[in-house]
Amino acid sequence: MSPAPERSGNDCDVAVIGGGVVGLSLAYGLAKTGLAVTILDEGDIAHRASRGNFGLVWVQGKGLDNPDYARWSLASARAWPFFAAEIEAVTDTALSYEQRGGLMASLTEDDLDTRCNDLRRLHNRGRDCADFERLDAGGMKRLLPAIGPDVVGGTFCPHDGHVNALRLFNALHAAAASLGAIYRPNATVEAIDRLPDGFSITGAAGEIRAGKVVLAAGLGNARLGPMVGIHAPVRPQRGQILVTEKLAHFLDYPLGTIRQTDEGGVMIGDSKEEVGFDNGTRHDVLAGIAAKAIRIFPLLAQAQVVRSWGALRVMTPDGYPIYERSVTHPGAYLVTCHSGVTLAAVHASHVAGMIASGDWLPDLTPFAAGRFADVPSPG
Amino acid sequence: MTRLDLVIVGAGPAGLRAAVEAATGGLSVMLVDEGREPGGQIYRGSESGAFAGTAKLGSDYAAGAVLAAAFRASGVEALFGATVIQIEREADGSFSVSVATGHDKAVVVRARAVIAATGAQERPFPIDGWTLPGVMTAGAAQTMLKADGVVPDGPVVLAGTGPLLYLLAAQYGALGVAIDTLLDTAGPGNWRRALPHVAGFLTSRYAFKGLGLLGKALAATRIIRGVEAVSAIGDTRLSAVTYRKGATERTIPAHVLLLHHGVVPQINLTWSAGAQHRWNAARLAFEPVRDASGQTDVPGLFIAGDSGGIGGAQAAEAEGALAAFGVLRMLRGTAGDDDRIERQWRRRLAVSLRGRAFLDALYAPRQSHLCPPDEVIVCRCEEVTAGDIRKAVRRGAMGPNQVKAFTRAGMGPCQSRMCGLTTVAIIAEETGLSPGDIGHMRLRAPVKPVTVAQIASLSEADERRPTESPSATRPCK
Amino acid sequence: MFRRLVEPAGHVTVTIDGRPFSVAAGETLSTALLLAGFAGLRRSARLGRERGPFCGMGVCFDCLVTIDGAANRQACLVRVRDGMAVQTGTRLPALADTVPE
Repeated sequence: MSPAPERSGNDCDVAVIGGGVVGLSLAYGLAKTGLAVTILDEGDIAHRASRGNFGLVWVQGKGLDNPDYARWSLASARAWPFFAAEIEAVTDTALSYEQRGGLMASLTEDDLDTRCNDLRRLHNRGRDCADFERLDAGGMKRLLPAIGPDVVGGTFCPHDGHVNALRLFNALHAAAASLGAIYRPNATVEAIDRLPDGFSITGAAGEIRAGKVVLAAGLGNARLGPMVGIHAPVRPQRGQILVTEKLAHFLDYPLGTIRQTDEGGVMIGDSKEEVGFDNGTRHDVLAGIAAKAIRIFPLLAQAQVVRSWGALRVMTPDGYPIYERSVTHPGAYLVTCHSGVTLAAVHASHVAGMIASGDWLPDLTPFAAGRFADVPSPG
Repeated sequence: MTRLDLVIVGAGPAGLRAAVEAATGGLSVMLVDEGREPGGQIYRGSESGAFAGTAKLGSDYAAGAVLAAAFRASGVEALFGATVIQIEREADGSFSVSVATGHDKAVVVRARAVIAATGAQERPFPIDGWTLPGVMTAGAAQTMLKADGVVPDGPVVLAGTGPLLYLLAAQYGALGVAIDTLLDTAGPGNWRRALPHVAGFLTSRYAFKGLGLLGKALAATRIIRGVEAVSAIGDTRLSAVTYRKGATERTIPAHVLLLHHGVVPQINLTWSAGAQHRWNAARLAFEPVRDASGQTDVPGLFIAGDSGGIGGAQAAEAEGALAAFGVLRMLRGTAGDDDRIERQWRRRLAVSLRGRAFLDALYAPRQSHLCPPDEVIVCRCEEVTAGDIRKAVRRGAMGPNQVKAFTRAGMGPCQSRMCGLTTVAIIAEETGLSPGDIGHMRLRAPVKPVTVAQIASLSEADERRPTESPSATRPCK
Repeated sequence: MFRRLVEPAGHVTVTIDGRPFSVAAGETLSTALLLAGFAGLRRSARLGRERGPFCGMGVCFDCLVTIDGAANRQACLVRVRDGMAVQTGTRLPALADTVPE
């Protein structure tokens, strides 16, 4: 660790704890404001949602009961084209970001009616909520020629898109590094203590002193939050994903549960399980995911699955993000969400800007941690 | 619910012997194998191959037919042409073994114990041009010989290190097949490192066999020792091989290049089932941690044969027997009527492992061949080079899982079988850490690619015991 | 590139890229393809390079061919059958559309 002596005895201006997509988006945004940033990450084995996520930039159905979240997701989706272009330019990496709209397929009329009613209710709640369109079976077939006869219809949302999630992860590393951010792996944090001009952060990699500290450690935020007076009772929620061999392009649009990557593989993911920190796979769950995928796209039956995995979503009790600045530890912030890819654009711009300036704008007040004051810590 | 006592994965010497002993002990047993008949790789074609019933490939190979016959006589139900997708330990301590059995079909078999006997694979030998058609492994060539009686033609070059390379050369020699050149890439210090183990070697069966092998191979083939920097040259297929000896670089024409770098355990199944594995620095491989009967830290999951650590066919057979006795003891409280038999197998295991340490040291690959230059493709599936991996490590990816996320190495259909060890070796070289501290990429189900339809059928087939085999379980000859 | 040491007991006919070939009954498909002169069997997914049989035992996934319409099957794990139709040269397989109209 090379100290930066000109900065009031601190090693860096901001320490970001967490080297996933959330932490890296914030680190990149903070470095862009001219701050000296250090990213403290865990080792090779970690509950790393960023290595297991689905790669959607998605607003459809987000915040059905929470228009603030719906607006926040839409704002990020709208910022994504610019964010993607910027990261691609900085890193010379193709993110394969596409925003042509996304679909949800329904296998029953009831399901389709329910989804449409939900989306309409949200849409009617005000400006800046996502548009959507109801499609019948024929409409689905026009957009997705491979769709199967069991699909009765679906919904289309023009703001939805997808990205090569691993390349995004990789590029965010490179983008942050290109602005001088220092990445420190194997640096699991054990304690955060207040100093007169910042924080002392100690752990596996020794001590580092930072003017500000941002907790973006995913599931680790439940443990780290209380160190700076923030209660963040996040819990893991498992999703299992199958990915096929690389196939000739046949899907022009992503679905919420099935998408074809730019490289040709088809990702299929459709489970939400409360199984603690077990990130394994279960044959019965995978079977259900596979069977449903075949009903939507019968031709997938013959595709070969090359990998499957379980990944742990970072869930709050109400499912919405936490953006919080500490009252007891001024200069400490906490960011947690389960849509790190969709929200990467606003994290790198708005949220990083607010942390850098210290001005907490009203956009984030609906997501304060105080709403979970009565919720006990998990585990 | 129908439930078996034991599922055995693999029909090589370990799996076959385990099946015979477990059936003798009265257990209900099912054996699953990807091949079409008993034998695995080492005894491939013992029943119906080109040299079945002959001694042309040596007496060791002929032993396979005897074991295959014993297995057939045991009456153990076998699923050939079947691929294990996943092994899960259930809350009640039993196992769900998901098996793809045929077109669109898969079943889940429940068993109280599992013996994984998935054998070995050749250690990847990543050289420039190793993805060209015409470049194959020595094991592949030997399989073609055993199964189909087919041999390479035109200028043929063997390159690498390890007993199999010389065994193949000797088998070719005995059959009158010409090998142009054998490039021995073992390092210069290997003899010195092997010497402390020479006593064990001299009392082993390898000493006798090994000298015979060398004699035969030497007689028919030009052998060049101390070779480095082997590469394969060609446009759309192999045309030549280059190598360096000392300061001299040479190019020789070749239509077929057969590479070999020793063998390592196949760990995908046992790793994905949750068993603990450990780095073996002498053998340069990850191996599962086992007790004396082969049981892992997953209670009821046993490992026998080369998939637990390379010991060869005779050791594998002994371990198969010992694992079967271990399962019997676990399920019945006794290892059969006569533990004298178990002691005999234990002695046979000890004898057959003699000399391995000497061979491991003598045939150890060179560091420069374990960690190839930047331009060499390491992950054949995703076409990731050694340079890509080094770059990822230098950017802070300290382990194979993060390297995988950064580079896609290990994400293709082979599921890191061809790149896992090289990736770890490169990370070790870059970071100065031991491969044991670095670990291997996480290995997950499906252990081999299977269709979406096969995975979907796992729900319908759950808890059902298959009653028919997907392919003929009788020899076709 | 390869030759046969042992004369086969019988022959069957397989179609490779639309042309009929007489091959040894029960032979491993990858062996039959090599003997028929097919060294490269497919193209790699990313760079489109020629690939052929490599490991011979089902671990490397380089001998992938289309067998009777099923794409990316390992030729080293399959035996030839009379009437088998094999397609080589695939890079990214297109799934047959089985959707009824």
